Amino acid sequence: MNMVVCVKRVPDTAESEVHIDASGKDIEKSRLSFGINECDNYAVEEAIQIKERLGGTVTVISLGPKENDEVIRMALAKGGDEAIRLEDEAFAGGDGFAVAKALAAAIKGLEFDIVFTGALADDDGYAVVPAALGELLGVPHATYVKKVEILEDGKRARVGRELEGGLLEFLEIELPCVLGIQTGINEPRYASFKGIKQAAKKEIAIKSAADLGLDPSEVGEAGSWAVLEKFTPPVVGEMAEILEGDPEETAAKLAAILKEKGLV
Amino acid sequence: MKDIFVLIEHRRGEMRDVSIEMLCGAAGLGGTVVAVLLGKDVDAFAEKAAGYADKVLYVNDPMFENYNSEAYQKALSALIKEHNPGLVLIGNTAQGVDLAPALAVELGAPLVTDITALEMDGDKPKPTRQFYGGKLDGHMVMKDADLYILTVREATFQAGDPSKSGEIVKVENPVKEEITYRKFLEYVEPEVGEVDITQSTLLVGVGRGIREDKNLPIVEELAKVLGADLAASRAVVDAGWLPADRQVGISGKTVKPKLYLAVGISGAFQHVTGMKGSEVIVAINKDPDAPIFGIADYGIVDDLFKVVPKLTEKIKELKGL
Repeated sequence: MNMVVCVKRVPDTAESEVHIDASGKDIEKSRLSFGINECDNYAVEEAIQIKERLGGTVTVISLGPKENDEVIRMALAKGGDEAIRLEDEAFAGGDGFAVAKALAAAIKGLEFDIVFTGALADDDGYAVVPAALGELLGVPHATYVKKVEILEDGKRARVGRELEGGLLEFLEIELPCVLGIQTGINEPRYASFKGIKQAAKKEIAIKSAADLGLDPSEVGEAGSWAVLEKFTPPVVGEMAEILEGDPEETAAKLAAILKEKGLV
Repeated sequence: MKDIFVLIEHRRGEMRDVSIEMLCGAAGLGGTVVAVLLGKDVDAFAEKAAGYADKVLYVNDPMFENYNSEAYQKALSALIKEHNPGLVLIGNTAQGVDLAPALAVELGAPLVTDITALEMDGDKPKPTRQFYGGKLDGHMVMKDADLYILTVREATFQAGDPSKSGEIVKVENPVKEEITYRKFLEYVEPEVGEVDITQSTLLVGVGRGIREDKNLPIVEELAKVLGADLAASRAVVDAGWLPADRQVGISGKTVKPKLYLAVGISGAFQHVTGMKGSEVIVAINKDPDAPIFGIADYGIVDDLFKVVPKLTEKIKELKGL
């Protein structure tokens, strides 16, 4: 199996405060830590596990600046073979469609059986890339994938998609294909020290829009279906009554409320 | 204003609520609202949709008994080319997200996914959608086009009462060729665990804020003194710290306990959907802007590792334990 895994580097905002920056179109990132998009981490693991079972290669692709090398190298350290980073000023501000076009252009020249992506990105949550990439490459796709089993003939896969309520929808899909991986499909490994050392020496091929035969008008903001006009704080309903004080006090207040409501 | 297509979603004999919501939302936009129904012997859904639509296009064919992106995409693309709507609304569901981006690429139609609000600028949609797990709203400007596609988050529009009686037009299946790339096999139900959290009266929900499984005992202790069961957000289940049957949210369980005490849960839509019907919601989270505080009744903005042990202590005192 020759596989490609697309990875995105995103800020970790799940446990951090998010502030809109002066442009109104981005967030203040200086105090945030960055890492691989969560679903993509599972996608990397899935590709490496299949390679370990059936042989083949894993090529890691990421679109973004030099800082993305950090997530690329981590994927290489876990078992990836080759890496490509797509970097060009023209890629800036692209939505899922613009990103999918750049990825498709990079992948078209490769021999692949499966392209893995994350099902959606933690930052924008577009969830566009898996299905759009399949269509652009002219191959079938499935997303929210939580189970992958390559069938014996090596030409088809049995794939389980996660639906609402945790129901799994199993389908048979022809290879080559694009699979959008959902979190929880496997247990992502940690890279070994040896793997990290080896990955540090590997070359990451850099490709510009021109290298990929893409006109600047096709990618980035110009090539997007939609662009962000501005961010605003979300509209919330009635806010919770916030209990003030130190932990001793807030805990006591909450315990009293629970008692008053007959919940304790 | 050109016609608005709304894709009716159904699975195993049930129509999804988002379908009716979208028909109701579309009714306020100005164009003729056309419900598009692909299925096998789902006349009842056609009739239900007709109560909310100006017209129902109904393709009745065994090909559509279960969702298949290849069959759906071919059929929708043919119907869209024939009827030329200006806007297509699809639910932002496991089905919609699998379908819409490929359809949009094929038709060259701009798509915005997972919208939570919609205004129109003439024929052009101006959608709003969430970013960073619901911590920000993003206002989107779409590229000019003749056809736009949007996937709509559940509960974006409110379902009203049926007020129309649209004509049901049975259409011949436009897909003549065999579906070969993708084949539906079966549905597999999620595993049933030892505790059914949908039946629990009190739940302590634990999220990513717990950081490591070795920290779980502090919430287990709280749950124990409260007499509550433990529930979890997706992150905790994905990490393998709690079993999948404890997961609350879109891809887990929907719970309505008397008390839902959310510990270290930021409150992304995917989770909130599964617990917003709880009678009393309490949240403990260190991020004052965490969306969970927007639906909680009571909140404590602080480090859960400091608050939870104190809370356990106070409840023990109250109970005389």
